[in-house]
Amino acid sequence: MSPVLADVLLVTALIGALALVHRPLGDYMAAIYSSKKHLRVEKWIYRSVGANPDTEMRWPAYLRGVLAFSAVSVLFLYLLQRVQDKLPLSLGFKPITPDQAFNTAVSFVSNTNWQSYSGEVAMSHVTQTAGLAVQNFVSAAVGIAVAVALVRGFARSRTGDLGNFWADLVRGIVRILIPISVVAAVILIAAGAIQNFGDIHTITTLTGDKQAISPGAVASQEAIKDLGTNGGGFFNANSSHPFENPGGFTNLLEIFLLLVIPFSLPRTFGKMVGNVKQGYAIVAAMGIIWFLAVVAVTWIEYAHPGIASQIAGGSMEGKEQRFGEGPSSLFAVSTTMTSTGSVNSFHDSFQGLSGGVLLLGMMLGEIAPGGVGSGLYGMLIMAIIAVFLAGLMVGRTPEYLGKKIGTREIKLAACYILITPALVLIGTAVALALPDGKDAMTNIGAHGFSEVLYAYTSASNNNGSAFAGFGANTEFFNTTLGLCMALGRFLPMVFVLALAGSLAEQKPIPDTAGTLRTEKPLFTGLLVGAIMIVTGLTFFPALALGPLAEGLAA
Amino acid sequence: MTINTKKQEDPMSTVTPTRAPHQDVPTGHKPAEGRVGAGLFDPRQLVKSLPDAFRKLGPRVMVKSPVMFVVLIGSVVTTVLAIKTPGDWFGWVIAAWLWLTVVFANLAEAVAEGRGRAQADTLRKAKTDTVARRLVGDSEERVPGTELKVGDLVVCEADDTIPGDGDVVEGVASVDESAITGESAPVIRESGGDRSAVTGGTKVLSDRIVIKITTKPGETFIDRMINLVEGAARQKTPNEIALNILLASLTIVFLLAVVTLKPFAIYAGADKQTSMIVLTALLVCLIPTTIGALLSAIGIAGMDRLVQRNVLAMSGRAVEAAGDVSTLLLDKTGTITLGNRQAAEFVPVRGTTEPEVADAAQLSSLADETPEGRSIVVLAKEKHGLRERHQGELVGAEWIAFTAQTRMSGVDVDGRKVRKGAAGSVIAWVQEQGGTVAEDADTTANRISEAGGTPLLVAVEDDRGARILGVIHLKDVVKEGMRERFEELRRMGIKTVMITGDNPLTAKAIAEEAGVDDFLAEATPEDKMALIKREQAGGKLVAMTGDGTNDAPALAQADVGVAMNTGTSAAKEAGNMVDLDSNPTKLIEIVEIGKQLLITRGALTTFSIANDVAKYFAIIPAMFAVAYPSLDKLNIMGLASPESAILSAVIFNALIIIVLVPLALRGVQYRPMSADRMLRRNLGIYGLGGLIAPFIGIKLIDLLISLIPGIG
Repeated sequence: MSPVLADVLLVTALIGALALVHRPLGDYMAAIYSSKKHLRVEKWIYRSVGANPDTEMRWPAYLRGVLAFSAVSVLFLYLLQRVQDKLPLSLGFKPITPDQAFNTAVSFVSNTNWQSYSGEVAMSHVTQTAGLAVQNFVSAAVGIAVAVALVRGFARSRTGDLGNFWADLVRGIVRILIPISVVAAVILIAAGAIQNFGDIHTITTLTGDKQAISPGAVASQEAIKDLGTNGGGFFNANSSHPFENPGGFTNLLEIFLLLVIPFSLPRTFGKMVGNVKQGYAIVAAMGIIWFLAVVAVTWIEYAHPGIASQIAGGSMEGKEQRFGEGPSSLFAVSTTMTSTGSVNSFHDSFQGLSGGVLLLGMMLGEIAPGGVGSGLYGMLIMAIIAVFLAGLMVGRTPEYLGKKIGTREIKLAACYILITPALVLIGTAVALALPDGKDAMTNIGAHGFSEVLYAYTSASNNNGSAFAGFGANTEFFNTTLGLCMALGRFLPMVFVLALAGSLAEQKPIPDTAGTLRTEKPLFTGLLVGAIMIVTGLTFFPALALGPLAEGLAA
Repeated sequence: MTINTKKQEDPMSTVTPTRAPHQDVPTGHKPAEGRVGAGLFDPRQLVKSLPDAFRKLGPRVMVKSPVMFVVLIGSVVTTVLAIKTPGDWFGWVIAAWLWLTVVFANLAEAVAEGRGRAQADTLRKAKTDTVARRLVGDSEERVPGTELKVGDLVVCEADDTIPGDGDVVEGVASVDESAITGESAPVIRESGGDRSAVTGGTKVLSDRIVIKITTKPGETFIDRMINLVEGAARQKTPNEIALNILLASLTIVFLLAVVTLKPFAIYAGADKQTSMIVLTALLVCLIPTTIGALLSAIGIAGMDRLVQRNVLAMSGRAVEAAGDVSTLLLDKTGTITLGNRQAAEFVPVRGTTEPEVADAAQLSSLADETPEGRSIVVLAKEKHGLRERHQGELVGAEWIAFTAQTRMSGVDVDGRKVRKGAAGSVIAWVQEQGGTVAEDADTTANRISEAGGTPLLVAVEDDRGARILGVIHLKDVVKEGMRERFEELRRMGIKTVMITGDNPLTAKAIAEEAGVDDFLAEATPEDKMALIKREQAGGKLVAMTGDGTNDAPALAQADVGVAMNTGTSAAKEAGNMVDLDSNPTKLIEIVEIGKQLLITRGALTTFSIANDVAKYFAIIPAMFAVAYPSLDKLNIMGLASPESAILSAVIFNALIIIVLVPLALRGVQYRPMSADRMLRRNLGIYGLGGLIAPFIGIKLIDLLISLIPGIG
């Protein structure tokens, strides 16, 4: 079988599996976020933290919940890293430095999982499992909770109530993330990923060198790393490490895990607003962009004209032999477009233009399909912008799902779309202008620029993957990237929740023949166009100076 | 004589309005077609408005449009830089074109305002300072109209100009309101009832009236009209504010993109190619200047299109709401049916023939000048070939004219007495003359009533005694083309509700014939109000027309309330639009104009943003092809040189504003169709067109520029 045919079959299998699962999973998620019943374990959790899961919250209360919970999480994670040497199972690792601990804490709480450290030589068992792995669950559940709050804003009328943050958070963890992770972890273990709390093995290699083999609860972290679109690998090599991602099957499984919740949430959305077609219009927009990016990157990686790559059948630098071009490209696109950031190949080594596509995937704001929860709310914000731009063209003031997009709504949506471009562009500009930034760069020219741009794009959009190529563990990068991650995660949530509150207060406008049909393919096309043009225009100069300058030179 | 259009529902109306309030549009606009648009654009207006455009350059005026304010700052910055290095022709040219961009934007607004100003001037002529005859006790004193206070009583006689807005408290007069409405036929104003309001600036033609002043000088209807058409009272509408916010945030995004480009460029080694002038040019090209420049012109032009149709919108908000209307309340009379019932049939009673009835009906109706009476004469002519006789032809005839008291008309000639009129009156007359009433006359009359028509009886007294000859069937006639019109509205998602004082049976018959979605029979003002509230509770926007004082609460409640100019001042005060022609059919056009306004805004926004793609392809290679030669591949237009590329983009950006001014003023073409088709069509024209047009435009400008020595 030719590699291209194999890749086509792989993508087909992936899409088929997602198509099969999105409906039961989407409906299940809609049901649990609409249910009034609590499981026994949930009641126990509510009692132990003193939360009342049955009070309805207006948007400021919901937001306070999100921010307070996240702030406590950052603090806890920071302290855990600072004192890890004094805790059991430390493996003899030293405490993490303040700037790196701050960066890592923010990184995991913001669902970014940018790692300026190498897990296997820095983080103790306790830090990995009680700190980082826990955040993999809760930060993902926070994302879904905020998305569900926005969906309720559309679904509800004449009320400011958006549900209960604590109930949404706990249900996301207990009823969605844990069960799926357990199943996925078992499959991963069966397929060869490791799972233990052992000590470091030191072996002697064939050439006589000593090599340290790191142990760890890898499979369990691997499952939630992908399912929760977190991306923080147990090992520095992330999903290219054979203990994390042993082979072709686990590779497909991990890609599936990355995509399954983001691609199922639109179904949940459609179910909750009472019109599944609306959800399909959203998922179609996500799917089109994702698929075009997969095709583009795979094609560019295969088509590279260099001599070495012609012999190898494609551009193989930085890729694992056991995966090859197609599966590596598929993983790369899926991880950048889901705000995951786990990698099974080195994005830095991709062709200039592919690197540009990966960058663009993040610059879109992580919406195709985006992170768990954040992808849906990001896409809904873009839908609001698209409705506003083009909705006027049917001769009515803009409305979406029966809600008017008025001054307040557009103000909040506009603030939302301003944040990440501002963080990316200002961050990159500052890094390039200051010696602190320039000194850390190991590449020059357009590629060096791409690396810095990639770092700030990844951090601000809460992706977490890196273009590598520069030493990110400096005080400057730890601090600025940490700020980008925090602001890029929580500022948008402020506007999303405020928007949700404003939408929920409105009375619904009935559909008429004069209403813009947002469940039709025409709207999906319009949405894709609006996303591409608005993002493209924002980042075109930056992309031109990095990936385009590099890629077009070939 | 009483004047009250409401009473037109009576079987035999006494109403002969001096000017039929419900005639069709005098502007010659065919309601059946109902396309909005047109309004020719004269390029000379651009030249005429140039001084105004320069006057608007002040920062305090400019800051209202954030996008254009950024361009203004850009113009100042480039000018300062050009002055610092006077030898650099490029800086001067860029600065000049940036200034032109600002001026063009102001020009668009000035032209839009200029069109209203002509109307305002006409109004001002009517507002010449008048001398009022104020009543103090029993005596009169002469004071300037500007010194009147609310509550003052003033006297107006023939040839006096009414000094201010008020209500007639004594007397009846015919008034020439042409200064406001443009309609020369005089109207009757009288104390009490729904026709008591008078407007300052109009002229009394006959008789004497006493007016109680209700409005302070300076705030009169005519003052407000002047402010409205001049745009002085213009406030940004909610959607306009929202759009401005989005445009401002896009401007910030582009500002960020351009500002951060400088450190990127320094890193890339393209410091020299990204001078402040070039970056400013890039910024101006990227920010949505096209829509930013035309936004207020679009709004003013929308109001202006209403003014051209003799409708005054008291706020832009109302025009915008008109586009969103999903329920139209339409008065039956005058909107759906012709103002008056018309004779449709002559039904003979046993023993007479139809031509006999027709002859008697015609003869007895010659003295009836009401529209109903005339329609009988017309029907007799059309259906039975009876030539219209004139009153003078019949020697010795004694004419009995129609009055509201007798509700009968007729003639006594050659010893024969012929009468026609309301059933009760005619039966009484026959019995008075000692005749008997045929039984089938009664059944026929009942049958007609039940079918929604109005029966009139025709009777005669001659040598055979007094008797009923037959029945005239008067029928509401649905205006031509209304069914199609309502069908169009349905496709646009607008529900039509017919409001009538008729009984439900009659109402149903007419509603079905006209094809409206729903009807409200035996409607009282309270019913109307309840209907509006019910629709609004379901999230719908409601539009209605009204003229009486009892309509005022409903007009105020409706999202779009169009008061008839013939109506009371209470109604005019309550509505948010006034129709000077007092033509209720216009509600449909108002909705279309509202939609057109919103579509124009959306289309130009989409066009403006789509334009940016081409500008990047012009400017990015021009800036960076030196540092990274590979980026020259982005120069897909093959522009001659970096300077000409940047210049072409800037020139295109400025010229497109002028090119689109006519479109902004006229509005994009609007046809009633489903939202889907409309979106597809407009996205095709303005989205795709906006993507492609600048590639062609910039290339053409570049070709021209590169002919200039030293640039290409």
